[in-house]
Amino acid sequence: MRDHVISELVELVKKDSHIYLICGDLGYVVLDKFKEAAPNNFLNSGIAEQNMTALAAGLAMEGNTVFTYSIGNFPTLRCIEQIRNDVCYHHANVKILAVGGGFVYGNQGVTHHATEDIAVMRALPTMRVYVPGDAYEAMECLKEAYEIPGPAYIRLARNKEQNFHEDGAVIDINKIQAYSKQGSEVNILTTGSILCEGIKLQKLLEDQGISTGIYSVPRVKPIDEDGIKDLAKSCKLLVTMEEHQIEGGLGGAVAEVLSSIKEQHAVLYRSGLNNMFSDTTGSQDYLRNYYNISADTLLPIIKEELGR
Amino acid sequence: MKSEELSVRIRLKAWDMAYKAKASHMGGNFSMADAISVLYTDVVKIDPKNPDADDRDRVVLSKGHCCAVMYALLAQKGFFPEEELEHFGEDGSMLSCHISKKVPGVELSSGSLGHGAAVAAGMALNGKLNDKNYKVYAICGDGECDEGSIWEMVMFAGQHKLDNFTVIIDANKMQAMGDTKDIIDLQPISEKWRLFGWTAIDVNGHNHDELRAAFNASHEGKPKVIVSNTIKGHGVSFMENSLWWHYQIPFNEYYPKAIEELNAELERIGGNL
Repeated sequence: MRDHVISELVELVKKDSHIYLICGDLGYVVLDKFKEAAPNNFLNSGIAEQNMTALAAGLAMEGNTVFTYSIGNFPTLRCIEQIRNDVCYHHANVKILAVGGGFVYGNQGVTHHATEDIAVMRALPTMRVYVPGDAYEAMECLKEAYEIPGPAYIRLARNKEQNFHEDGAVIDINKIQAYSKQGSEVNILTTGSILCEGIKLQKLLEDQGISTGIYSVPRVKPIDEDGIKDLAKSCKLLVTMEEHQIEGGLGGAVAEVLSSIKEQHAVLYRSGLNNMFSDTTGSQDYLRNYYNISADTLLPIIKEELGR
Repeated sequence: MKSEELSVRIRLKAWDMAYKAKASHMGGNFSMADAISVLYTDVVKIDPKNPDADDRDRVVLSKGHCCAVMYALLAQKGFFPEEELEHFGEDGSMLSCHISKKVPGVELSSGSLGHGAAVAAGMALNGKLNDKNYKVYAICGDGECDEGSIWEMVMFAGQHKLDNFTVIIDANKMQAMGDTKDIIDLQPISEKWRLFGWTAIDVNGHNHDELRAAFNASHEGKPKVIVSNTIKGHGVSFMENSLWWHYQIPFNEYYPKAIEELNAELERIGGNL
């Protein structure tokens, strides 16, 4: 996912010399392709995310499209006020690229788990929030973020996620992305690379005779309200899956959408961290299991929710 | 109008605006009034009728709470009608009590400290990367230099030799809770910036000739900081070096007394009353 996005960014900067990429001294080797293609458009702010973001705002106010790049919480939470005041309030054309969303950094510990970023970024006026499920969604997210002026946050995972699209697939990220037929009993919504677990969970439920659909939400803000409402009105249970707190992220966003449905609609089960830090040491897979955000651990929970 | 007269007139106007709006921060407004008067009279090239022109010089007020003198100055220079100043802080006015980008001639809304100078550095960086001729100026407080983000900017601008960039530190030696020397003592502040690769010049921030010379001083290959050593509340006897006037809104007998003193100063320097 990460390398696909950087490659796409290289294609963009070849056509648009007013694109700049500023990293906060992270991206060793990863960003080489961009540096080689456009050395004058690459900057390292040093380990100084507040300055990275304010500089990006100043550069953007002069007519440039500026990408900031770092790991998870560093280009977001560390400099949140620069994002709010300098970027969002001034509608500066700054796009925040974060790698290592959710539990990607596994046993590196809590400081390296980005598990509140979606909620915080969602709360900022004018910010668009992209959390792609695979490399192909990610490239579409990048293209849209580039084309639409103003602030954007793109939360990537890393580089070894499974891809679920063929080359050349047409993806409309204005809509939730179906990876199965619609379920008449259950529909699962995922955001980010936990999509692979969602797809697995959908198969497990189908195998047990529970009609289930699986959808990725590559753009959490603005969210596809109509798509979510349609699902909610036609099934019993909606499930959200995210490597994030259940408050304010995808689960929170979906709950907000459901709250405005007047007709009878599905109950929502939100999986994710519930008001706690992910301070157990372990790999991404271990953490997904430990915090009940994996297919295997969610299967009995979903069945219980359905009374089966 | 010469900068000396302008600096008194904008203090008078700001005082009136603050009285009407019940606004505070007059001490820091008055300490920086001289530097911005010199800056706009003798240094920057900005067309008030075309404040967004590509080749304009950029001025960013990083200590955004001291917007009253800046608004008064911009109106006096013709960026917007002076009548508008009557609405400072009023419901629905563009003139909020921390500086607003809604006001013609204002580059950036600020109010949280440690932001504006770094955004200004980004504007200067664009000038260097794209061979632009404009220059960028940012005005900070000395208390503001407690913010870590200021030092992130200082390191970066020095490293990247942003010689189209000048920061003016309004060093009035006081901050919200007391004297800077008792809270975070950054003196000698010019020496600290110099060590990070800046041309640093200390001046008496109420002496317009010294300010002009500092603005004109060459700084090829380096960003420049002018440490404008000032007196908080300068120009009104009872406000000078008074922490109380960081917070106090003009009231009762203080209101006419300040006007009297400022008018006397205007008369002394030969400005028309």
